[in-house]
Amino acid sequence: MDSNTIIIGLAGVLVAAAPLLFAVIGETISERAGVTNLSMNGTILLSAMGGFAVAVSTDSILLGFLTGAGIGAAVALIVAVSSITLKQSQVAVGFVLALVTRDLSYFLGNPFMGLEGPRLPAWNIPLLADIPVLGPLLFQHDLMTYLSYLLVFLAWLWVFRTRPGLMLQGIGERPAAAFVRGANVNLLRYAYTVLGGALVGLAGPLYSLSVKAGWKGTISGLDGIGWIALSITIFGGWNPARAAFGAYLFALLQWLGLVLQPSMPGVPSQVLQVAPFPLMILTLLLVNIGDAEWVERTLAAMPEGTRRFFTKLLRAMRASPPAALGVPFESD
Amino acid sequence: MKVELHSIHKYFGKVHANDNITLDIPAGTIQGILGENGAGKSTLMKVLSGFIQADSGEILLDGKPVIIHSPADAIKQGVGMLHQDPLDFPPMRIIDNFILGAPGGLFPNRAAITRDFKALAQEYDFSIDPESYVDALTVGERQQLEILRLLWLGARVLILDEPTTGISASQKQKLFATLRKLAEQGKTMIFVSHKLEDVEALCHQAVVLRQGKLIGEMKKPFDPKKLVGMMFDKEVSLGARQSAKPGEVLLSMQHVSLEDVRLKLKDLSLDVHAGEVIGLSGMEGSGQGPFLRACAGLTRPVAGHVKLKGHDMTGKSYHAYKHQGVEFLPAARLEEGLVPGLSLTEHFILAEEPKGVFIDREYGGKLAAERIQSFNIKGTPLSTVESLSGGNQQRALLSLLNDPLSLVLIEHPTRGLDIESVIYIWSKLKERCKQGAAIIFISSDLEEILQYSDRVLVFFSGKVSEPLDAAQTTVEQLGQLIGGKGWPEKKAA
Repeated sequence: MDSNTIIIGLAGVLVAAAPLLFAVIGETISERAGVTNLSMNGTILLSAMGGFAVAVSTDSILLGFLTGAGIGAAVALIVAVSSITLKQSQVAVGFVLALVTRDLSYFLGNPFMGLEGPRLPAWNIPLLADIPVLGPLLFQHDLMTYLSYLLVFLAWLWVFRTRPGLMLQGIGERPAAAFVRGANVNLLRYAYTVLGGALVGLAGPLYSLSVKAGWKGTISGLDGIGWIALSITIFGGWNPARAAFGAYLFALLQWLGLVLQPSMPGVPSQVLQVAPFPLMILTLLLVNIGDAEWVERTLAAMPEGTRRFFTKLLRAMRASPPAALGVPFESD
Repeated sequence: MKVELHSIHKYFGKVHANDNITLDIPAGTIQGILGENGAGKSTLMKVLSGFIQADSGEILLDGKPVIIHSPADAIKQGVGMLHQDPLDFPPMRIIDNFILGAPGGLFPNRAAITRDFKALAQEYDFSIDPESYVDALTVGERQQLEILRLLWLGARVLILDEPTTGISASQKQKLFATLRKLAEQGKTMIFVSHKLEDVEALCHQAVVLRQGKLIGEMKKPFDPKKLVGMMFDKEVSLGARQSAKPGEVLLSMQHVSLEDVRLKLKDLSLDVHAGEVIGLSGMEGSGQGPFLRACAGLTRPVAGHVKLKGHDMTGKSYHAYKHQGVEFLPAARLEEGLVPGLSLTEHFILAEEPKGVFIDREYGGKLAAERIQSFNIKGTPLSTVESLSGGNQQRALLSLLNDPLSLVLIEHPTRGLDIESVIYIWSKLKERCKQGAAIIFISSDLEEILQYSDRVLVFFSGKVSEPLDAAQTTVEQLGQLIGGKGWPEKKAA
C-alpha cells in the first residue's frame, strides 16, 4: 500500500465517521442531561429517508438536512415528554420508538426507493486544502464533515469548559443539587434532549445524501448504525472527545477490514467485518479496569509514587454514566 | 445578617407542619433548632432556604421583608443551606463542583477561581486539593467544601441541617471551630439538630420545635433536662449504666488477621462472652468495619481462627454463622438491611423459616401486628419500609431478629435517630443481652460507646487497642486514642 492510498483511505475514514459523530455527540449530550434516547437506530433511518425524500422533491440539500434534524428533534421530543413529563421508562419508550421509526422509514420510503438524488458536494477549504498530506486528509471533503470536526470540539468545550456545560453535567449527575444551584432541571433536560435528537437526525441525511447516497429501503445498510452509535456513546464515557475517538476507531477498523481482506485470504471476510465489535468491547473493559478489585489490590501494594500515578491514570480513564441517567426529577 | 421569621404557617395536606412560628435571630449568633424527627425543623428550614413557600407569614432579612422563590434565589439574598448529605457532584473535580452554579460569563476563569478557592480554604484552615475529585473526600470534607462554596457565593446566613450525623469526632471539632469563627465575623448560623450535646457545645441560643409548634427557647447556658423535656413533652433519661454479668465464651477470635484494599489488621485475639456488649470505636475506615464483618463471616480472615460456641467457623459462610445465631445489622438500613418496596408484613414473612412455597398472609399479618406493637413501630403492617422514619426502620430491623440469638453485630445502631429512639433501641438490645446474647457494635458517638458497652476496642489505622473497661474510660481518653494519641508502643508493631 503506498502512502497515497493510505491518505485517501484515512480521508475516507474521516468522511465515513462524520454521521457517526453527529449521532454519538447528539446522544452524549442527551444522556449527559439524564435522558437516554434509545430510539437512535430508527431515528437515523427515518431521517435518512425523510431527508432524502425532501431533498429529491425540492432539489434542496439544505432542506433535506433540516428535515433530518427536524425528524430527530421530533422523535426526541416524544422521548422527552414521556420520560420527563410523564415519568415513563426511557428504555421502554425508546425501544418502541426505535422499532416504529425504522419500520415507518421503510414503509414511507417506498416511493423514493432507488431514485437518483442530489449529493452533498465536496468543498475544498481554500489554502488549507493545498497543504501536502494534511490537505487531502482533512480539508478536501464536504461541509458536513468539517462541521463534524467542529461539533466534537464545540461539544467538548461546552460540556467541560463552560458554565452551562457544567450545569449540563450537574442535571444528569445529581438534579437535586443542580436545582439548588439554580437550574431549571426539566426545562434543560427538554432542551438538551431535543438538541441531541436534532444532531442524531442530521446523521440520517448525511448518509442518504452523501456517505451512502440514495435510499434503498431495507438494503440501505443503515440498520444497526444507531445501536453502534449507542455503544460508542457508552464507550466514550459520555465525553465528546472520547466518543469521537470511538467513532473514528470504529470507522478505521471497518476500513482496515476492507483493505486487509486481500492480503489475508485465509481469514474469512466475516471475521474482519465483525472484528470492530469485540475490539470495542475489549477497549471498554480496559477503560474501566480501575474498578476491578484485583487492580485495587495490586495498586495498594505498589510504592507510593507509582501508585499515585496509576491511580490518577485509571481515574482519568474511568467513565461512569451520569448518576441520574433515566431518573425523573421532581423538585421536592 | 439578622434573620426574622414572623408567624410562619405551612400545611402539607392536613398536617400542620409549621404552626405560627416566630423566630428572631440576631446577626453573629449561632441559633440551635432542636426537635425530634418530624417536629417541623426541616420544613421551617426549607421555607427559609426557598425550597418551599410558606402558606402565610413573613421572612425579614436585615429588617427588610423578602420573598425567597427558590434555593438559588435564597443564596442570591445571602441565605445558604448545607444539607445533611452535601448536595454536590461526586464524580466531578472539586474546582468544577465549586464553579457549578456560580454566576458569571460563559467561560469561567478557572485560574482566578482556583486562587479564590485556595485563599478561602486557607482562611478557614481546610486543606482540599481543588484538582482532585469530590468522591475522594469524606463527608466532613464535602461539608467543608460546601461551606466554602456558600461563603464564596456571598452567604451571610448559613443553615446547617444535621451536619454532625455522618462525620468523625475530630471533623466535628473542626466544623464547630469554623462555625464559631463565622459567627464572630457577624454571619448568622442556624444549626438544626436533634443532638442535644452538639447544640449545647456550639449554640448561643436554641429553640425547640415539637409537632410543628415552637415550644420554647433558651439561651446559653442551657439546661439540658429542660430542653429534653421540651422536645419530648416528658422527662427522658439515659438511665444508669448496666453492666452485664458475662457468661460463657460465645465468640472467640484467635490471632485473626484481616486484609482489605486499604488496610491490614494483624493478629487479633478476643473472647466475647454471653451477655456482653463490645463497642468498636475509631475514625471511619480504621478497621472496625472489616472486623465486624469478619465476626459475621462476611469477610474472610487471611490468618487465624474464629470460634463460635466452641465450633470452628473459620472460612465458613455468612449463612453458617447465621445458623449459629449470628445476626448482622448494617449501617445502610435501607440498602443492606431492609428491602425497599416490601411492607413490614412481607419482611416478617421473609425473615421466618420458610414453610412451603405459598405465603401465609394471615399468619404474616398477625406476626406483623404483634411485632409492631412490641417494638413500638410507628407504621401499619402494610407500610412499606421506606415510608418509615429512620428510627422506625431501625426498630423494624431489630424486630426482624429471630430467636435463638447468640451474637448481634450492629453498625451505627442509632445513627440519625432522636434520643427517644436511641433509648428505646438500646433497651431492646439490652433485653437480648439478658437473654444471653452478646452484642458487638460500631459507633462514632463516643457517649453511646461508653454508655452502652462493657468493653471497648479502639481502632486506629489498622491498629487495635486492648479491650478497655468502658466504666473506667472517659470520653476524653477515648477521643485521644481515636485520634492516635496515647497508644502503647508494643501494639504499634
